[in-house]
Amino acid sequence: MIAASLGDSTEARRRRCARRGHRLVGLRLGWVLLLASAFTAQAAKIGDLTQTRWTEQAWRFVTLSDPVVRYACLGTVLLGISCGLLGSFLVVRRMALLGDALSHAVLPGVALGFLWNLEKDPLAIFIGALLAGLAGSATVSILTRTTRLKEDTALGMVLASFFGVGLCLMSMFQRLPTGNKSGIETFLFGQAAALGPGDIQVMGAVTLVVVGLLGLGYKEFLLVSFDPGFARVLALPTVWFERLLVMLLAFSVVAALQAVGVVLVSAMLIIPAATASLLTDRFHRVLVWSSCLGMISGLSGAFLSFLGTRLPTGPFMVLSASLLFALALLFSPRQGIVPRWFRQRSQRVRIERENTLKAIYQVLESNGFAAETVTVSALAARRRLPAIAVEAEIGSLVAAEFATASGDQVALTPSGWQRACAIVRNHRLWELYLTHAAQIAPDHVHDDAEKIEHVLGEAMVRELERRLPRFDTDPHGRPIPSLPASMAGVRSAPGGADHRPAGYGGRS
Amino acid sequence: MSSESLNPASVPPLEIHDLTVAYRNKPVLWGIDLVAPAGKLIGIVGPNGAGKSTLIKACMGLLPCSSGWVRAFGQPVSQSLGRVGYVPQRESVDWDFPVSVMDVVLMGRYGRIGLFKRPSSEDRRIARDCLEQVQMLPFADRQISNLSGGQQQRVFLARALAQESDLYFMDEPFTGVDAATESAIISLLQGLRSRGKTILVVHHDLPTARTYFDWLLLLNMRVVAFGPTEQVFTPDLLQKTYGGRLTVLSEVAEAVGAKAH
Repeated sequence: MIAASLGDSTEARRRRCARRGHRLVGLRLGWVLLLASAFTAQAAKIGDLTQTRWTEQAWRFVTLSDPVVRYACLGTVLLGISCGLLGSFLVVRRMALLGDALSHAVLPGVALGFLWNLEKDPLAIFIGALLAGLAGSATVSILTRTTRLKEDTALGMVLASFFGVGLCLMSMFQRLPTGNKSGIETFLFGQAAALGPGDIQVMGAVTLVVVGLLGLGYKEFLLVSFDPGFARVLALPTVWFERLLVMLLAFSVVAALQAVGVVLVSAMLIIPAATASLLTDRFHRVLVWSSCLGMISGLSGAFLSFLGTRLPTGPFMVLSASLLFALALLFSPRQGIVPRWFRQRSQRVRIERENTLKAIYQVLESNGFAAETVTVSALAARRRLPAIAVEAEIGSLVAAEFATASGDQVALTPSGWQRACAIVRNHRLWELYLTHAAQIAPDHVHDDAEKIEHVLGEAMVRELERRLPRFDTDPHGRPIPSLPASMAGVRSAPGGADHRPAGYGGRS
Repeated sequence: MSSESLNPASVPPLEIHDLTVAYRNKPVLWGIDLVAPAGKLIGIVGPNGAGKSTLIKACMGLLPCSSGWVRAFGQPVSQSLGRVGYVPQRESVDWDFPVSVMDVVLMGRYGRIGLFKRPSSEDRRIARDCLEQVQMLPFADRQISNLSGGQQQRVFLARALAQESDLYFMDEPFTGVDAATESAIISLLQGLRSRGKTILVVHHDLPTARTYFDWLLLLNMRVVAFGPTEQVFTPDLLQKTYGGRLTVLSEVAEAVGAKAH
């Protein structure tokens, strides 16, 4: 059984470190112990060489045939839910460091829990860790209230000093002559495979309490997190809800310890919640996403650590959580980098296309609409681009069925003509509006219109028409095209003073 | 039932007696005495650091009082919070918080919904109604970070309206707000006033204070004057509020603070 064979190389390493660092503390325990620990460390190393194949391990995991695997899965799912929920509160309240401080502060409690009856008793460790965590958070609040120190400083101090005390205590206990010490080191980096039925009961109870209380008081916890001052005006016992939240946080950190380890449990609080807040902007959905992501990272971390022999679980969980975060960062529909890049690119393509259409219209216009086609060279001259670039643009127009090309002659299709008219119309209407309504000089308006023409919607164009007394010619004296169904309708129109433009799409 | 509550007309909506508030032992408000009349729109004006926000926070019990008491409708404020509405300063919350406009306005109903209960459809109807009053209904499903300053202020106002209170405290509802929003808010407040509500508004701008408010409280660490606008808005009293005549008081405050440290 995996759980039983937990004496391993990390333990050996830690024992050697402990030997170096705490010789004074350990003197009383005598030389015998030191020799013994060195001997067992050696033995554990040799034992490491016999490894099971990873495919077999994967099969054991997937089939859930082994009680160890079942406990590990159940445990990581439970911790994913509770850490995901509480972590969401930390992230939206910008209190991420509190999770870190709390998780490190519990270590002395874990060590003292071991001391209680010198073996891995889940309940004793739970209570010890909980008390230490609450002592840590109380220290933070006392430091910030009574001194000039800011909260982040207090958090950093509590984190480091409690953690240091915990490490000292743990290395001392590992040299105690009596009791079953195997398992204490799993609390540093986590070992899901070491979870027993007692641990699962504790984790299940904690998750039940967390889900129950947060579900019951969702509205109150939301308000206390968003606007505590307003909560107090509503006569809500704000302080008690704050305390309850810290309490629940300590609960879920302590419950998760065994599987993730003290060092990385804060990552399981923060990363799933951070990922969730990339995916949605409603708090209840952040909670759901965060706990789902927590579960997935927990399970996959347990799976990966199970493949090798006695790999620590915590780092793999955090690795999976970070991977999910990276995926969300890249591909989340609204804020993801990749979807944003695609949106920008398609917009660039559209703008290029519209600029080419506009250039074709302008070339046609400069000929007085005498011809139906324009040459590539005339277009290149108008666009101030090399002919090869213009040909590529025309290719894009042809692909979108806005134009047809034969030889060096380009003709607009009816839909291309309509689009070209719309763009030119947008441009000139905007110029007219700027000079008319904002009294901007006619020679200042062109560059602005170059950008606006691509974003004016139909509603905005109608609004512009409504606000302008007349809109047949732009400030530079060129006619503003109406939008007829075909080219023939407009060729007679330009310059005609009697011509009343038909409005957008000929519908007004 | 006390004799006071039998005769509600005689009970002032807000009564402050000898209120002193201190930050870190340094007094910011000295011996405030005030009885606010019902159904008035009251502006609180004074220079920076005069304790305007401190006064309304102390009234609602958000800050501890060194001495004195505050009563709303004849009872300690902590017992009549159900009748008190509040618009905090806009900067007091994180506008990136993942909630929608509707969620925020519903928070105004929480006091009436009660602990651990869900908002009913009636609460939602009232919240929508309040959003309609501040012309923000089309934004109900937006996340709050997408709002402009004026829109954020309107959301806070709608939340306070949803409280359906009789006494309102508003902390600078006009800062960072465009002119259109400002006039919309003031006409809304006048509407509330004409329905018999009492509204205290911390205000920064003296010229508009004169036209907006029925009564004015001129405040500079103590009450300089409190009364109907036409009686209080005089060059003499304003000079007293904003001028340098209170330097002695603030020096004493410094000294007291220094001694306490």
